[in-house]
Amino acid sequence: VLLNLTKCDIHKLDEAPATEVVMTRDEGLQYYRTMQTMRRMELKADQLYKQKIIRGFCHLYDGQEACAVGIEAAINLTDHLITAYRAHGYTLTRGGTVREIMAELTGRRGGIAKGKGGSMHMYSKNFYGGNGIVGAQVPLGAGVALACKYFGNNELCVSLYGDGAANQGQIFETYNMAALWKLPAIFICENNRYGMGTSVERAAASTDYYKRGDFIPGLRVDGMDILCVREATRFAAEHCRSGKGPILMELQTYRYHGHSMSDPGVSYRTREEIQEVRGKSDPISLLKDRMLSNNMASVEELKEIDVSVRKEIEDAAQFATTDPEPPLEDLCNHIFYNDPPLEVRGTNPWTKLKSVS
Amino acid sequence: MGDSSGSVLTAALLCFFAMDEELERDERVFLLGEEVAQYDGAYKVSRGLWKKYGDKRIIDTPITEMGFTGIAVGAAMAGLRPICEFMTFNFSMQAIDQVINSAAKTYYMSAGLQSVPIVFRGPNGASAGVAAQHSQCFAAWYGHCPGLKVVSPWNAEDAKGLLKSAIRDDNPVVFLENELMYGVPFEMSEESQSKDFTIPIGKAKVERQGTHVTMVTHSRYVSHCLDAAAVLAKEGIECEVINLRTIRPLDVDCIETSVMKTNHLVTVEGGWPQFGVGAEICARVMEGPAFNYLDAPATRVTGVDIPMPYAKILEDNSLPQIKDIIFSVKKTLNV
Repeated sequence: VLLNLTKCDIHKLDEAPATEVVMTRDEGLQYYRTMQTMRRMELKADQLYKQKIIRGFCHLYDGQEACAVGIEAAINLTDHLITAYRAHGYTLTRGGTVREIMAELTGRRGGIAKGKGGSMHMYSKNFYGGNGIVGAQVPLGAGVALACKYFGNNELCVSLYGDGAANQGQIFETYNMAALWKLPAIFICENNRYGMGTSVERAAASTDYYKRGDFIPGLRVDGMDILCVREATRFAAEHCRSGKGPILMELQTYRYHGHSMSDPGVSYRTREEIQEVRGKSDPISLLKDRMLSNNMASVEELKEIDVSVRKEIEDAAQFATTDPEPPLEDLCNHIFYNDPPLEVRGTNPWTKLKSVS
Repeated sequence: MGDSSGSVLTAALLCFFAMDEELERDERVFLLGEEVAQYDGAYKVSRGLWKKYGDKRIIDTPITEMGFTGIAVGAAMAGLRPICEFMTFNFSMQAIDQVINSAAKTYYMSAGLQSVPIVFRGPNGASAGVAAQHSQCFAAWYGHCPGLKVVSPWNAEDAKGLLKSAIRDDNPVVFLENELMYGVPFEMSEESQSKDFTIPIGKAKVERQGTHVTMVTHSRYVSHCLDAAAVLAKEGIECEVINLRTIRPLDVDCIETSVMKTNHLVTVEGGWPQFGVGAEICARVMEGPAFNYLDAPATRVTGVDIPMPYAKILEDNSLPQIKDIIFSVKKTLNV
């Protein structure tokens, strides 16, 4: 079906992403299913955290699903992606299963990082995490892009960061080098309006994040509309692969939860605001309405997907709560790669532990 | 918010009181950091300060450690007395150049012309389930550098008295709090409730007298050592527990006096073993009169030499537990 999208704001570009796009029924159903899976997975994580089965930090992605799913729809699994700590959604789109993600959150041996990483440190092929230090993932992503160019493999790297991170110095250093060396890097700012408890107006002298790359061309995109995200990413990927160098995308999006599970999320924004976004701009509802009004799917069909997703999440949660914790023998493993086994000091001089690669 | 004249209070509250009292006492003191103002502090330590003192003195910064730390140091050079908060000391690594090269070394480099009266404070060390990038202890890293004072409070009194001293000190002080201690209630002594209650930097405190072994520790592990000492006492082993309070300068006299009495030394810390606080204590004891009084090699009890894992069973086994301390004491005493 041919659909019309809102136009993106552009910076230092002569063209913009397509506004008349085609979405097939299969595509629509797949996007719906993935976003719904992501949504339900995050809500389940909320539940498990409140039951103290998930501990430490837990930064949930509900509200932002269109970003992760839209981006992946426009790139290949052979491309590369890196993000910060609000990473469960990307772990899913990059090939992780709900089971492995949830078991990582609950710290079990079946977790995608064997229980050693936790919420902020999930990895998979061509997915470089899951990074806890704000901003640090951006130079890393440009480094991956450098490797792509070096190997000449026509791959690119998507580096994501938030509105809070957007002010980090290392990001500007990265912009400079990526542009200088024409790296195939897509920098994406997921602007959800708040860096922890600080609104964008209180943190940034310029909130036009898509222009902050200055000499790097930029796009500002409706991050709640999965097709806008997809088209913008397609445009950006084409730009990179044609050797033009980096490009920047700002996705305007929103998180329903607070910054993390320790943040109720209502001391710096109103419940009315959250409700309004949920009511008018929910990414899953937007897609659903679009599919229904264009006769691309029936209400029953989508309900069936919902039921199936709910079951998948329940099964995963069951696994995540019953899988055993990692064995103690695992404690010191994975210090070094490709090295002979080494001895690791325990808590006292008489305790010598073993580490294998 | 009230005053500190209740008798059972938490360490977080005492950090708050210290800052509140010092902000009131000296107009040049101000606080900056992420979420310190309108959010009331990521761990609520600065709750109420922004309401009381406003934008000029309680400043929310963007998430840009290198930048705002540099700004804080510059402000200190120009005569203000900033308290620069790191949400956790893990994030201070982004700014460590400013702490070491701009703050610590400047008074020396300028031959006494330019002082830097600044306090860097925030939670240090492991928390619960926050994984590898958020659990590191920086006591040894900062303790390594001349020009810095490094303080590590244990209980609520330490928190208040030492933070006030740190703010009043004309030099750069790294103040290592502990997230897990923030909520722990302690009874406050009468004198600690005064607005002029300070604890001198550079002096350790003997928290428990003993005759068989000297335990030297800091921060949260003081609690662990006292608990271990209580268990060991039932077996007739009397431990002397020293709360370092300050990492740099180290109160070597206090340690030596104790070791010369007990003849045995066990250090306990959460940080990694290599080049750590315990390693320094052992080296200093070797270099001084107490060495000849040792009946056994000193023992270091430390975190396991690995990045912090997430899973609970692994995390629990990555840090010294009370049973590890008891085990180490007995091995040291050969019992």
